[in-house]
Amino acid sequence: MSKQQGWDEFEIGAMLRSFDGKIDECPAFTPQRDRNYSQNSSHVASVADWRLIKPVYNKDYCIDCQFCWVYCPDVSIISRDKKMIGIDMDHCKGCGVCVEVCPTNPKSLLMFPEQADEETEIASWPTKDEKEE
Amino acid sequence: MSEIKKIKNLKEFSTSADRFEGAHLLCPGCAHSIIVREVLNATNDDLVLAASTGCLEVCTAVYPYTSWDASWIHIGFENGSTAVSGAEAMYKALKTKGRLKQPDRNPKFVAFGGDGSSYDIGFQWISGCMERNHNMMYIVLDNEVYANTGGQRSSSTPIGASATTTPAGSVSYGEKRNKKDMVAIMASHNIPYSAQVAPNKWKDMVKKIQHGMNVEGAVFINAVSPCTTEWKFDPKDTMHLADLSTDSLVFPLYEIIDGHELNITYRPKNIVPVEEYLAAQGRFKHLFKDEYKYLIKEWQTRVDANWAYLQRREEARV
Repeated sequence: MSKQQGWDEFEIGAMLRSFDGKIDECPAFTPQRDRNYSQNSSHVASVADWRLIKPVYNKDYCIDCQFCWVYCPDVSIISRDKKMIGIDMDHCKGCGVCVEVCPTNPKSLLMFPEQADEETEIASWPTKDEKEE
Repeated sequence: MSEIKKIKNLKEFSTSADRFEGAHLLCPGCAHSIIVREVLNATNDDLVLAASTGCLEVCTAVYPYTSWDASWIHIGFENGSTAVSGAEAMYKALKTKGRLKQPDRNPKFVAFGGDGSSYDIGFQWISGCMERNHNMMYIVLDNEVYANTGGQRSSSTPIGASATTTPAGSVSYGEKRNKKDMVAIMASHNIPYSAQVAPNKWKDMVKKIQHGMNVEGAVFINAVSPCTTEWKFDPKDTMHLADLSTDSLVFPLYEIIDGHELNITYRPKNIVPVEEYLAAQGRFKHLFKDEYKYLIKEWQTRVDANWAYLQRREEARV
């Protein structure tokens, strides 16, 4: 799309395409990193400015259970070959669901203020909680 | 009949390529997108989707963006179901005439709607689709309130909930009518499959969706979707609320095959008192005042009675 149309120039029955170019195969077989997104897919947009707190991922404690992947409302957990590899910070809204569903002890995902430095936080990661008597 | 996608465990499930994109405008912690992702990832087939007006529709199709990587249509508040049934009828006609370019592809027809557009406004349309037994699936994202327009009550809102049109205060405890049993109503159309699902039980959900997509005929799915804005809880607690709703049996998970054969698909090991489910939500806060405490007891009795009814029905196979 060369020029973006305004809402009042819109024709009835208009269609937005998520991908550029011709699609032969069902997108379910193309991983997100190989897709040719068009400027109309919300994949190219960012909601990072919604976030007040952000999740920080510490891979030392992660067991790749993928609970965070399945319960992420914003498709922001990047999983490749059954391994969790990181967080998509363009689409994460900082809801904290991933931290709540993380089963490890200590958690491998924790929420920090948006301006916190990731490396410092990982260096001072909390240690294992002892079970309360 | 197409091949069913094999999903043995969550690790295998996580290799799915999402067809629902981020940067949609649903609230942080909204369960709608969790349900939609679980549904879309349950299959590798082409999808023809529709959405009735509601949170899901207004938040995923904000010009100039779309969050869907499959054919998706929106028409009006009430006719998400009819749009998909029309597409399905057209597909069938073209297939019979041999005019499809790729006849070996097996698209699945799925419509999404909120509880407002399903329980109230689109009720007649859905009923029509189920009665005509189109080869489609209708999924209700049931958050028990018109969340998109500011939290008005719908006929899915349960007793005691405070909504903006049934506010709790000195004279009223909020909504006074009980929730409509939509799954039972739709099952009475004698459709091949209807079920209730919850996002926290992803395996149960995927199993039901796959069964529903591969069955010939109309399928009705009711999915509980905890709403962080209108149920008034912290966004991070979405899955906790979903857990409470299934474990307290407020939303029992079951399926009805051919309109009569009822199977309970999830029996909680530790049944949580309904009081805990109510206490976790701001919309039931007033029920914990002394004058309204009797309502909590009524809630528990009602939930227990419903659970007993489901179990009896499962045994009797009627």
